[in-house]
Amino acid sequence: MEGLYAFCVGLLTACGIFLALRGRSFSVVIGLTLLSYAVNLFLFASGRLKLNAAAVLGESEQYSDPLPQALVLTAIVIGFAMTAFAVILAMRARADLGNDHVDGTLPTVPNDLQQKSGGNQ
Amino acid sequence: MQHLSIFPVLIPLLFGAIMLLPPLSRDINSQRVSAIIGTFFLLISSAVLFYKVNAEGVQLYALGGWQAPFGIALIADKVSSLMVLLSGFLAFAIMLYAIAGQDKGGAYFHPLFMFQIMGINGAFLTGDIFNLFVFFEVLLIASYALLIHAGGKQKTQSALHYVILNLVGSSLFLFGLGILYGTLGTLNMADMAIKVGQLEGETATLAKTGALLLLVVFGLKAAMLPMHFWLPKTYASASAPVAALFAIMTKVGVYSIFRVFTVIFGENAGELANIATPWLWPLAILTIAVGTIGAFASPGLKTLSANLVIISSGSLLACAAINTEAATSAALYYAVHSTLASAGLFLLADIMSRQRGKAEDRFVRSRPFVQPRLLGFAFAILALALVGMPPLSGFVGKVMILQATESGAQTMWLWPLILIGSLAALIAFSRGGTTLFWRHNGSVLTEAEPAKKIEIASIALLLCVSPIMVLFGGDITEFTQQAAHYLHDIQASAYGLLPGASQ
Repeated sequence: MEGLYAFCVGLLTACGIFLALRGRSFSVVIGLTLLSYAVNLFLFASGRLKLNAAAVLGESEQYSDPLPQALVLTAIVIGFAMTAFAVILAMRARADLGNDHVDGTLPTVPNDLQQKSGGNQ
Repeated sequence: MQHLSIFPVLIPLLFGAIMLLPPLSRDINSQRVSAIIGTFFLLISSAVLFYKVNAEGVQLYALGGWQAPFGIALIADKVSSLMVLLSGFLAFAIMLYAIAGQDKGGAYFHPLFMFQIMGINGAFLTGDIFNLFVFFEVLLIASYALLIHAGGKQKTQSALHYVILNLVGSSLFLFGLGILYGTLGTLNMADMAIKVGQLEGETATLAKTGALLLLVVFGLKAAMLPMHFWLPKTYASASAPVAALFAIMTKVGVYSIFRVFTVIFGENAGELANIATPWLWPLAILTIAVGTIGAFASPGLKTLSANLVIISSGSLLACAAINTEAATSAALYYAVHSTLASAGLFLLADIMSRQRGKAEDRFVRSRPFVQPRLLGFAFAILALALVGMPPLSGFVGKVMILQATESGAQTMWLWPLILIGSLAALIAFSRGGTTLFWRHNGSVLTEAEPAKKIEIASIALLLCVSPIMVLFGGDITEFTQQAAHYLHDIQASAYGLLPGASQ
């Protein structure tokens, strides 16, 4: 169970970082969202993974740590608000700057590269 | 007053919330009045807290009556109460400036300002590391919105970078926290400081990863070298009161570095003792160097101020790297000085750019100022303070930092860089000032208004701190030494805060 869980968190993080490094604001926002999902799962696991364990006293034989669950709840709420802000800001930047690149200007392709991709010249 | 410790968080929260509600939210004048009253109350309460901490020692405030380490505790000690007093004073002075007209550019300026102050004060006061994260987010989301206050292409563009960087930073913060909670089983900073010494082997390596992730996050806030690229553009494009308020944001990052890497991962951390030092040294040195180059290359006064913020951040990080009581004491003194002086410079740059028409704050030949004497006088004082020339507090602060170096290698690296940084600031200020004040063409801009009295009062308030910090230099340095001693003494800063814990 731990191995699968760790693999999923790692995969989400890797995808999140890859997308956050892209140039267009849409994929960056998606990347940040994936990253926050990964973080939430990771925080949840910081209290160790247990089966059939309640976080309330007197409910079961084994107990799980209730604190990470509270932390995850806080992190989800904050992450949600921040993502909403980033989406609005990205839309505003698209309107203000005329394109959706995070730098506000589209990168120009150097001449020799254009020629190479052009082929036969 | 048992609840005094939480007032610096509650007052801005209440005033900010009230200003969002109908009778006040519709009318800008009543918002201004309540913002001034709010920041004034904040200043008074933080001064009283400062006095009380000085007279009676550390104030421990258990939120909801839950005892630490199980509940969240607010800790008002000498370090945090000094920083809270600094932010209260800064907020009051900037709000005086803002109500003269800079707050009209967009909606909700005053509530957002209050929420940002609440986040800053909370980050200074909290004794719980997850709570630190929450207050970081409070101050960040307010700063995101404040940054695009008054709108414009420049602001949107720099805000996009700033927001994305900080969102990634927040994720890393949570990863770090998760690792530390998984290994230490606690989030209370005093409790962490006690438990971290017992870690060994694989768990210690894991905790080290978490701790260094936190260093990355705090370094991002403090504009440490590879993470400083956002700062010049962000600060230069923000509207004046916002940029001035942001002057304390880098200090929040440095303060957190001191809290985490002096108290928790400091001398007494066993295998993990002083883990940040090998990273902090080169990064601090390089941060100063890059700030110096940036100061030389600055095309305008606002960018120059932003690069000076980077230099001061680098100097503070170097103090954190030296990691002795003398260095921490120097850092506290220098942090207060550089926050207020750079805030003053951002406000002054705004007045100047309004009087120069299209040239704004750029160092190019342009129209003369409406009030050349007044602005020149203020500019000269601020430049002297920021460069670190003798009669003002910058000099004392830099001398304290230079004196704090211990070994030959430390002296050899830090002295030349700090002194060259000062020289660069001197050259940049002389070059900029010459162009701004003496190279003119055309006549005075007809529609330019002289600076309002309240704006001048605000800048004067920030300016007069610098000579005061020199006049009462003895008392202040004695205080910062006591504060530094407290921070380095794990008996006081960790065991003393947990009833029942013993070494």
